[in-house]
Amino acid sequence: MRSKRFERLEARPINKETFITPWPEVGLATMQSPYDPAPDIEIRDGAIVRMDGVAAADFDLVERFIALHAIDTRVAPRAMATPAVEIARMIVDINVPRGAVLEIVSGCTPAKLVAVINEMNVLEMMMGLAKMRARRTPANQAHVTNRKENPALLAADAAEAALRGFAEVETTAAVARYAPLNALALLVGSQTGRPGVLTQCAVEEATNLKLGFKGLTSYSETLSVYATERAFVDGDDTPWSKSFLAAAYASRGIKTRFTSGAGAPALMGHAQQRSMLYLEARSLLATRAAGSQGSQNGSISCIALPESLPDGVRVVLAENLIAMLLGMEVAAGNDALSSHSDIRKAAKLMLQFIPGTDFITSGYGAIARPDNMFGGGNFDVTELDDWHVLQRDLRIDGGIVPVDEARVLAVRERAVRALQAVFAALGVPPIDGDEIDAAVGAFDSDDMADRDRVADITAAQRLLDGETTVVDVIAALDRAGFRDVAASILEMQRQRVIGDYLQPAAIFDADFHVLSALTDANDYRGPGTGYRLDGARWKAIQDLPRAWDPRQYGARLARGAATPWLIETGPARTGTRPEVVVAVGPSFGASIEHTLGGLAHEDVLAALVAGIEGEGLPARIVRIHHTSDCAFIGHAGAQLAGSGIAIGVQAKGTTVIHRHDLLPLDNLELFAQAPNIDLATYRDIGRNAALHALHKPAAPIPVRSDNTVRLRLIVQTTLMHLKETECVERDRAPAELHVATTHAAAPPVADSAVGA
Amino acid sequence: MSDAIRTASGRALSELTLDALRSGTLDRGDLRISREQLEAQAAAADAAGLRQLAENLRRAAELTAVANDRVFAIYDRLRPGRATHGELMALAKTLADEQLPRLAAFVREAADAYQARGIVKAPR
Repeated sequence: MRSKRFERLEARPINKETFITPWPEVGLATMQSPYDPAPDIEIRDGAIVRMDGVAAADFDLVERFIALHAIDTRVAPRAMATPAVEIARMIVDINVPRGAVLEIVSGCTPAKLVAVINEMNVLEMMMGLAKMRARRTPANQAHVTNRKENPALLAADAAEAALRGFAEVETTAAVARYAPLNALALLVGSQTGRPGVLTQCAVEEATNLKLGFKGLTSYSETLSVYATERAFVDGDDTPWSKSFLAAAYASRGIKTRFTSGAGAPALMGHAQQRSMLYLEARSLLATRAAGSQGSQNGSISCIALPESLPDGVRVVLAENLIAMLLGMEVAAGNDALSSHSDIRKAAKLMLQFIPGTDFITSGYGAIARPDNMFGGGNFDVTELDDWHVLQRDLRIDGGIVPVDEARVLAVRERAVRALQAVFAALGVPPIDGDEIDAAVGAFDSDDMADRDRVADITAAQRLLDGETTVVDVIAALDRAGFRDVAASILEMQRQRVIGDYLQPAAIFDADFHVLSALTDANDYRGPGTGYRLDGARWKAIQDLPRAWDPRQYGARLARGAATPWLIETGPARTGTRPEVVVAVGPSFGASIEHTLGGLAHEDVLAALVAGIEGEGLPARIVRIHHTSDCAFIGHAGAQLAGSGIAIGVQAKGTTVIHRHDLLPLDNLELFAQAPNIDLATYRDIGRNAALHALHKPAAPIPVRSDNTVRLRLIVQTTLMHLKETECVERDRAPAELHVATTHAAAPPVADSAVGA
Repeated sequence: MSDAIRTASGRALSELTLDALRSGTLDRGDLRISREQLEAQAAAADAAGLRQLAENLRRAAELTAVANDRVFAIYDRLRPGRATHGELMALAKTLADEQLPRLAAFVREAADAYQARGIVKAPR
C-alpha cells in the first residue's frame, strides 16, 4: 500500500533534487572530512617550513603560493595558538572590531580557518557577514545575456538593469566571437541606464583582457582559482599566472575578482579526499595571496553538488565568510539555479540577503531565465517583484530598487538608439527601427527577429583585432547627440586613470563616488551602527509601484446611488408574531453599497428575504446604529424579533444567525468570510433562519472554503470595517427600514480590483 | 586630488574632456593609469592592511611600462609547461634590466616553483 501523502510529497519540486550521504574519499563532504589535515604551522627565519601537516619540500604549487604570500608569519604563532572557538567568538562579538578579526585571521592556515568556521552555526556566520564584509553599503550584480546574442536587446536589458540599481552588470557570449559586440552593447546600455555601473564580458582570458584594454569593459571576474595543483594545471594556469593576470588588469585600471567555489574540486575529480570547505579555504587563501581585491564564491555553478549533502547550504555561507575574513570583497553566489523549490531557494538566499554582502548575488538574472547564458539564473526578471517585497518586508537593501514601467521603457529605447548610433559609426551591421521597437518592449529574445549572425561576427572580429577603442565609442555617441552617455563613458575612463576603484569592494554611485572598503568601510558594531536602510533609499524601496493609498479606498465604496433605497421609517419595534428580523449594520446600503465579495447590498438583502419568505415567514428589516460588530448586530436584531431569531449582516457581508437568549458572542450559525458567500448562500441563510424560527431542524449551510481570501482581502476588510465603524452612533436606537423598490442596483464590483 | 593625478601619458585629469576628444587631441593612450598612480593606490592598500593587494598593485605599476602584446606573451610564459626554467629565468633577467624588479622577482619565484613541481617545459 502507498500513502497518498508520501505520493504527494514525492511529487513536490524539492524531490526533483538529489540527496546523497557523504563520501569523503572522493570529496563528497561539505564542512569536514576525516582526511582533512589538522591545523599546524612551523616558521623558521620568517619562512613557513611546515603547514597543515605538510613540509615545505612537499608543498604543491598552491600550498607554496599560500605559504609565500597569504599568511602573515608575524601573526601566525599567535593565531595558531588561539583556540578556534575563541577566534569564532571574536568574529561574532560586536565588541571586537573588524580590524582585530582581520589581523588574527591573517595568521591562519587553511585548516585553522576550517576549524574556526566549524565552531559556528549559520546564525553566527550571518553575524560574521554583517560585521566582516568589506563595504558598508550592500550591492548586487546582474546577468544580462540572451540566446540570440541580440545586441539591441542586450543594450536595452543592460539599461534596465542599471536603472534598477545593479552596481555591476555582467554578460558573456555563447559564441565567443560575439564578445566584442556584447561588451559594447553592455557598456552603452548600462551607462544610459545609470552612470557608473561596472560591466564585464566573461570570455576566455586573452579576449577578456583585450576587451578591457580597449576600454569596453571595466571589471573582470573570470579569473578562476583552484584548490589543488592538479586542478590548476588542468585549467592551464598556475597561481603565478593568475596573479600575473590580476596585475595585468590592474595595470590598465581594470577591477578584477577571482572565482572559486565549494564542490568544484570534487566535480573535477581533484578533491584528494578533502572536504569542500578545506579546499575552498585553500582557494581563498590563494586568491588573497595573488592580491585579488575580491572573490566570487558561494559554490557558483556547482551549487547543486554541496546541496546534495548535509550542511550543503551552510558550507556556502562558510566560504563567503572565509573570504570576508581574509579582507576581500565577496560576490556571494546565489547566481546559478539552486533549487526546484522556491522555499529552498528563498531560504538559502536569506543567509546572504539578511546580513548583506558586497554583492548579494554574483549575478541576478535581469533577463528571462532561458536567455541566461551563465547556465541557469537562480533568480530572473519575473521574480523581481518578489525581491522588492522581501526588501520591503525586512527593511533590507538587496541592491535592487522598484522602478515604474514608463521609466523602464524610456531608458530601454534610449539605450538601443545610442547603440544604433555607435554601430552606424563603427560599421557594425545596423540596428533598424523594427529592432528598436522589439527590443524596447521585449520579454526575451523570442521577441527579437534573427540578425545576420555571420555579418555580426565578422564585425565583432574586426572590432577586436582593429584599432577601435572606447574613444571611438565616446566620439560616436557625442556626434549622435548622446552627450550624457558619452560623458559617462568618458568618466569611466577617467576613473581608470585614478584607480580608486581597484581597492576592495569598489562600486560607483550615480555621481561617480567610489564606495569601497577604503571610502565606505563596514563599521558594523551591533545595533545602531553599520549600514542602515533609511531616508530616500528606504523610501525608494518601500514605494512599490503597486502600493496604493488606503485613504482613497473609502470614497470608492459607495457608487453614489441617486436616491436612498433603504428608508428609515421610525424606531424599531419589538415584534410579537412569528418573523425573522434582518438586522443590517450602520453603513449597509448607505455609505457602503457592496459586500467585500462585490455583491450589491440590495441583492444580498433580497436573497435573505427570499430565503425567509420561502419558508412562509415574514422578514422585517431593521438598521442597527450602535455597533458595527456582526455578533452584536445579530444579537440586537434577535431582541427585536417576534420569533427571537435574527440575521445580522455587516456592510462587508459577514453574516450571523442569532437567537435572543444566546450570549452576544455565541450564535446559531456564523458566516465569517464574506467573499466566500454568494447570493445562493445568502438565500440559504434566510431559509435556515426561518427554520430556526419555526423550531424545525436546520442543517448547517456549507460554505465554500478559500484560505487565500483573508490573505488577499484583509486590507479591504479592515478599511471597509473602519468605514462602517465610523458610522456607529452609540446612543442611537435601532430603526425600522423600508426597502424602496424603484432603486436600480449598481453593478457589482470585483473587490480585489478596488484600489489596485 | 584630481589635479595631482596624471595619466600614463602625462596629461592632467582635467584635460580629459569631451571637448578635447572632439578636437582630436585625446587618444586611448591618454586614458591609461600611470605607474605613479598605481604606486599611490598600493600605498593606500598597504595603509589599510591589505598587503597582498598592495603587492599586486605594485606589480601592476611596473606593468604599465609593458605593451599589451608583451603582457599577453608574459602571461603565456607563466602558464604551465610553456617555458623551461632557464627561459623563465631569462625572462626575469630581462624584466630586471628594464627596471621592473618586482615583476622580475615574481617570475623568478614562479620559475623555482615550477621547477620544483615539474611543470616547466622540458629543455630540448
